[in-house]
Amino acid sequence: MSADALAAAHPKDPTVSVLEVRDLTVVTGGHTLLEDVTFSLGPGERVGLIGESGSGKSLTALAVMGLLPEGLTATGTVQLRGVETDLLRIGERERSGLRGRRLGMVFQEPMTALNPLMRVGNQVAEVLRIHGTVDDREDATQRAQRLLADVELPDPGRIARRYPHQLSGGQRQRVMLAMALANGPDVLICDEPTTALDVTVQAQMLQLIAAGVADRTSGLLFISHDLPVVATVCERLLVMYGGRIVEAGPTEELLTRPRHPYTEGLLAASDLEAVDDQGRLPTIPGAVPPDGRFPSGCVFRNRCPRGDEACTVWPGWSGSDGDGVACWYPSEGRHG
Amino acid sequence: MLVQLTKRTLLLLASLVLASVLVFWFLSVLPGDPAQVALGTGATPEAVAEMQERFGTDRPLTVQYLDWVSGLPVGDFGVSYVTGATIGPLIVDRLMVSLWLVGAGMLVALVIAVPLGTLSAVHHRRPLGTVLAGVSQVGIAIPNFLAGILLIGLVAVSWRLLPAGGWVPPAQDPVEFLRRLLLPALALGIIEGAVLARYVRSTVLNVLREDFLRTARAKGLTPARALVRHGLRNAAVPVVTILGLQLAVLLVGAVVVERVFVIPGLGSLLLDGVANRDLLLVQGVVMVLVLAVLLLNYLVDVLYTALDPRLRAAA
Repeated sequence: MSADALAAAHPKDPTVSVLEVRDLTVVTGGHTLLEDVTFSLGPGERVGLIGESGSGKSLTALAVMGLLPEGLTATGTVQLRGVETDLLRIGERERSGLRGRRLGMVFQEPMTALNPLMRVGNQVAEVLRIHGTVDDREDATQRAQRLLADVELPDPGRIARRYPHQLSGGQRQRVMLAMALANGPDVLICDEPTTALDVTVQAQMLQLIAAGVADRTSGLLFISHDLPVVATVCERLLVMYGGRIVEAGPTEELLTRPRHPYTEGLLAASDLEAVDDQGRLPTIPGAVPPDGRFPSGCVFRNRCPRGDEACTVWPGWSGSDGDGVACWYPSEGRHG
Repeated sequence: MLVQLTKRTLLLLASLVLASVLVFWFLSVLPGDPAQVALGTGATPEAVAEMQERFGTDRPLTVQYLDWVSGLPVGDFGVSYVTGATIGPLIVDRLMVSLWLVGAGMLVALVIAVPLGTLSAVHHRRPLGTVLAGVSQVGIAIPNFLAGILLIGLVAVSWRLLPAGGWVPPAQDPVEFLRRLLLPALALGIIEGAVLARYVRSTVLNVLREDFLRTARAKGLTPARALVRHGLRNAAVPVVTILGLQLAVLLVGAVVVERVFVIPGLGSLLLDGVANRDLLLVQGVVMVLVLAVLLLNYLVDVLYTALDPRLRAAA
């Protein structure tokens, strides 16, 4: 059965999660980059994926999209609502049919993510035409302009005729968002969508993302290392380190009562008011190991203040998918 | 855009004037008076002087230069010292032949280079890519006169499929024209294709790493369609630049290939002129070759801005 037929068989059901990722593991040449990543996205749910650079956030996104670089292989299951087959097990042609239609993605770098030789209006129109969601060229052009208007670009008719280099970073990122949302995807993945933007432009962009997701009841996977940004957008957070999810929970609770020492470290590091007795900002000791050479057992143990003998064995997940922690010595004050 | 075009055009004209001065000057300082050459070693000084007056070579160099250069825009290249023929129409005739050869050679080169280079880039670090890169290396190592001789030996002599040389104008017999064009075009184009394939490969490799290609796939294009729709035009920008430079190389290569295949092109005319010490003829042919190269570079510049909107904004 084709992906289209499957999608038609399952209308947008609010109780079924739009995306189910189970035990997602990515390896390259015997080296594990991502291990047992498990999470789900409900319709209209906004989930944040946080962690330092090199923790595997972007890799998770690319694995879900099926855009892993050559040489990397993913195992586990990625289930999209309405598609019976596991996304990791379907062919490239079918996957292409889902990308841009059921799965939308906004990348970090707006300056290089658009084709420099193509007018932006045509680039938006293309995503409609690829999936046959418009009647003809004329229709695609008009729909593209409406999408550009949706992301609050002024004078969309004029912007559509521009080339990427004639737009600002914020405008280009809006174009990217318009493209990602064009076909009303079930899942929108935003990988550091505001990191390259000015602070003044960030807030508008975040509003547009939240509004776009709400209009379409899409699930949002929002990747960032910037806690304040994530806190404004997401209802639920996943904390990632060393290619594993180490803690998950509702935003409010996770930020006020973290359980994993890594989450505590992240929170302390993002608190710019706090200083230690020598007047320095708090940091997490050590650094993310180069080339993803994390220790065996608990991946955080070599940087963890509580690490001991027990931590040479992976602690396993305690709690539910959406609210839990993987630590031998979690902080008290919350279940799990 | 218009400002840039005007600038480029002025630059082209200035280059042409400078080139005409250099060509004229280099050939006039060569030893061997044309009148003396025309009359042979037994000529009396009076006869030589009379001949010099007839050629106009007794006048000051600047006057001779101005006389020569003022004729060029209207295609008046003067009269041959040796044969007495008007040079202009002769060059035009031969130029048409060479243009057919160079054009066909370029077409062969492109037909080889674009798929070969793209494939070897897409199969980078896989067996097919390595084999294709190796093939283009071998191609680069072969000089085109050798390729020509090998082709004649195989296709014309051993297999008797095509004629070994000669030329038939397209208007006279189109089929015979193509039959005779094919081998020299292959000799010229195969090598050029190998050179060009390496540029195509490295540009496509760069394009494959671009973020916008990942965006194209995120939109739902398969890797192959993403490359064709978004990658190749981006790769075309640097390749067109190289193409312009390589066309000049091809023109020079045509001189040799025309010799091998006995084709009455500009190259043959040039070599004949040199052999007969026909100074004015050589001067004219060299000037036309310079004009062709400069004009090609000019066209490449214009094409470049047409391909890449970012360059239009720079004006």
